[in-house]
Amino acid sequence: MILFLEQGLNGLQFGLMLFLLAAGLTLVFGIMDMINLAHGSLYMIGAYLAALILGSTGSFLLAVAGSLAGTAVLGMLLEISVLRRLYSRDHLSQVLATFALLLIANESMRILFGSQALTLNPPAVLSGPVELAPGFFYPAYRLLIIGVGLAVALLLYLLVSRTRIGMLVRAGASNREMALAMGVNVRALFTAVFGFGAALCALAGAMLGPLLAVEVGMGEGILILAFVVIVIGGIGSIRGALAGAVIVGVVDTLGRTLLPMSLRTVLPPTVAGNLGPSLASILIYVLMAAVLFWRPQGLFPARG
Amino acid sequence: MHRHMIRLALTLTFPLALTLALALPGAARVHAAERIRIGFLSTLSGPSAALGLDIRDGFALAMQQNGGKLGGLPAELVLGDDQQNADTGKQLVERLLKKERVDLVTGIVFTNVMLAVAPAVFEAQTFLISANSTPLQYSGEGCNPFFFSTSWQNDAVHEAAGRFASDKGYDRLVLIAPNYPAGKDAMNGFKRFFKGAVIDEIYTRLGQLDYAAELAQVRAAKPKAVYIFLPGGMGVNFIKQYHAAGLNRSTVLVGPGFSADEDVIKAVGEPMIGMFNTAQWAHDLDNAQNRRFVADFRRQYGRTPTMYASQGYDAALLIDGAVREVKGRIEDKAALRRALEAANFESVRGEFRFNVNHVPIQHYYLRQVVKGADGTLTNRLVSTVLAAHGDAYATACRMR
Amino acid sequence: MGVQLDHPLHAAVALPLLAALIVFPFVVLAIDEPFYVVLASRILIFALVATSLNLLVGFGGMVSFGHAAFLGAGAYVVAILMQHGVASAWIAWPAAVAVAALAALAIGAVCLRTRGVYFIMITLAFAQMVYFVFVSLKAYGGDDGLSLASRSVVAPGIDLNSDTLFYYVVLAFASTGFFLFARLVNSRFGRVLQGIRENETRMEALGYAVHRYKLGAFVLAGATAGLGGALLVNQNELASPGTLSWTQSGMLLTMVILGGVGYLWGGVMGAAALLLMEELLAAYTIHWQLGLGLVLLAVVLFAPNGLATLARAAGPGGRDG
Repeated sequence: MILFLEQGLNGLQFGLMLFLLAAGLTLVFGIMDMINLAHGSLYMIGAYLAALILGSTGSFLLAVAGSLAGTAVLGMLLEISVLRRLYSRDHLSQVLATFALLLIANESMRILFGSQALTLNPPAVLSGPVELAPGFFYPAYRLLIIGVGLAVALLLYLLVSRTRIGMLVRAGASNREMALAMGVNVRALFTAVFGFGAALCALAGAMLGPLLAVEVGMGEGILILAFVVIVIGGIGSIRGALAGAVIVGVVDTLGRTLLPMSLRTVLPPTVAGNLGPSLASILIYVLMAAVLFWRPQGLFPARG
Repeated sequence: MHRHMIRLALTLTFPLALTLALALPGAARVHAAERIRIGFLSTLSGPSAALGLDIRDGFALAMQQNGGKLGGLPAELVLGDDQQNADTGKQLVERLLKKERVDLVTGIVFTNVMLAVAPAVFEAQTFLISANSTPLQYSGEGCNPFFFSTSWQNDAVHEAAGRFASDKGYDRLVLIAPNYPAGKDAMNGFKRFFKGAVIDEIYTRLGQLDYAAELAQVRAAKPKAVYIFLPGGMGVNFIKQYHAAGLNRSTVLVGPGFSADEDVIKAVGEPMIGMFNTAQWAHDLDNAQNRRFVADFRRQYGRTPTMYASQGYDAALLIDGAVREVKGRIEDKAALRRALEAANFESVRGEFRFNVNHVPIQHYYLRQVVKGADGTLTNRLVSTVLAAHGDAYATACRMR
Repeated sequence: MGVQLDHPLHAAVALPLLAALIVFPFVVLAIDEPFYVVLASRILIFALVATSLNLLVGFGGMVSFGHAAFLGAGAYVVAILMQHGVASAWIAWPAAVAVAALAALAIGAVCLRTRGVYFIMITLAFAQMVYFVFVSLKAYGGDDGLSLASRSVVAPGIDLNSDTLFYYVVLAFASTGFFLFARLVNSRFGRVLQGIRENETRMEALGYAVHRYKLGAFVLAGATAGLGGALLVNQNELASPGTLSWTQSGMLLTMVILGGVGYLWGGVMGAAALLLMEELLAAYTIHWQLGLGLVLLAVVLFAPNGLATLARAAGPGGRDG
């Protein structure tokens, strides 16, 4: 029972971090109709910035805040200088250009920080476990990540559903041409949305850095999962991104334990141990293909 | 017609010009027998880069102590970064062999890369001095005259750990390793010398960094001890997350030497105190060569060497001794092979000799992470677990 | 810019290029640079695979982000048969093509029900499934890949271990493949396919079995990629999950876009340019990916239709094929 609870929390933690990436990606995709492969690079840059600030100041809070601000500015500069030119181009050109940006970002980080991965430690007070129930310990830092993820999700919900900016964003996602025709200052809106997405990436990078490792190429694996998330949830939909992210997180984490366990009843442990993790990964993509096949607009379509 | 001529000229000049541009830097090269080129193919980037860099630094230190020479010949290192990827490694080794024309290949850390590149090196009749990966494929029936290891057979450190775990009475155990050949070798080695019950074997993705799911599984299995084979950044993250999850309160963590080596200790910190691990070498092993190595390494790089560094250092010394013995005539492969087999050099682990399969027969030690007198965390040699230990595959080797 | 349906293969371009490629090994072996034979084989293999992807993307309007699945499937079929003692190229290579074609038939049948960006994503999903299937097959190397004991055997006693002989085999397949591709895009099938790319609904209305044409092209491209995989695994003597990964699909797509989407020579030029650039830059700096990224970005911003259009613009005739 504790195993399920613990794995559920693990899945939620992973899912919420995926959500931070997917939220920005889905807005850019939904509003600007732009496939941005360099989205994962912003996550990487956020993590490196956090590592840099943490190393020089020793303050975790400062590191997160600085990384958020820095990456947001960088994202907006990127939008103004390069990405803006790509909105009117086809998806293929966008893929190639943002793939080029991804290579440039990776190599720049390698030149600046070396090719060795940086390992960070979470703040000392959070490095141990918390006893959630008698005998049930859970890492304090992962709880913090869950808390931050939930707070951001709530904030985003309020922002999108209750504010004027949110209204413009929703208008852009559901009908871009109409929003344009209604005189929305699209240029500024796009730049702002992009900067906001970059900040969310940086938050994910800064939070996950101490848990994983800060390294060149860290954005690529998670980028593909973020794409899976937004396809499952529905392109352009924040609600969909949240649902998709939690689904992917929980399926992946539970699949990695439950599949080997259930396989073990019919197969030798070594075989079951090998097969389980891969089956869990396959499951995510089966889910994505099924959604695309039966509900191409995703589970929570943004366009009416 | 005119149009076609222009297009023709374009299509033809494009590849030809590029070919020339590519060939020119190489064309100026003279192949001189008065120097030795070492192809150093290693993992120099990513979460496990520390391993390759340590081997490189150990190797480079030996060269530096020799005034940049190996066996009297000016030596040159041609570096290649395999990124822990077999495909990349294969392409790089083609370049090292056919374009750079290196005389020897060394530096390979990971077994997936080793298995991908070794056949090409053997085919080119080039000696492959492994400073780490020594898979069963080249230890038993498939042993090869061109393969030499200055580390340990992939199973052996884990065999020592298995013996230690048995002696300690850890009778219920969970094993964790990445899902790749060396992971399987390691688990087999451990089980060969472990007498208790293995209640679960967990295989993870190679290069995985988040172990939340696996740790939950360990907690549910309630073992007495956990044995991990997680080299490089994988081990660092596992140990950190193991402590963050509070598992250290109920379960003992045991690892091979490299999972509790100086680089890991530096990255993880205090939680490492008390961790037992097994290795063929220790930085406080008492012999003259080792004292010199450790002192010089610390002075040069400002850190304490790891197992990997010692293996890289020994690889350079092995080459140095053999090349000196053949008086620099490295084209004479038969003579060079005999010289390598003789292993005429002072190893940092004391006496050094090769088994019939070109893998060392050596002692394996128990080490423990302690807080040193100056407050820094480091490994301390505890005892000898296996003495003059060969490996399980050597008997199957009929060296040609 | 009007749409161009004619893509003639000019003998005046193709034959001298072929002749140059035939003498190429003699030249580089004469200057004692055998490595370039290996590099040229690699370029030819990727030229073939990128051309097959160009058939989908450029001529059929189907942007597949999962082409590596077929490349990898072909590679693994050869490696797995080899592990079971089947070393003959005459069995293993057709098997690789057949398996890739069947996989393309199954995957295409599902994916082609979607359009546009959803097609990109669903092909990616299937390629990832294939990737994880092979990663989980521990008996065939798992994460680690499967090494070949030797290259395939073409006749008793003759294997392809000589790099030069292997180069000529690759050249034969790549040039034949390219010739057939050129014939195909100018055939009725090719015209219909391009019609579908331009306006699917209209073609449907005209009575063409649109789905069948698209599926046909998808299977053909998959089978060709499978052949490329069979060649690639012989070149590398290793089948690895890396061949199946989404980055490999991305690399193939990059080649096509770089070379010129929907241009006859697009795949060939893209593969050659990308791999040569990699080689050239890597010789001077370990940070060659930075240079590659800058070049790719410049191509998108300043040569929007790829390198093939640059070569074309150099001819006074402009867009004439």
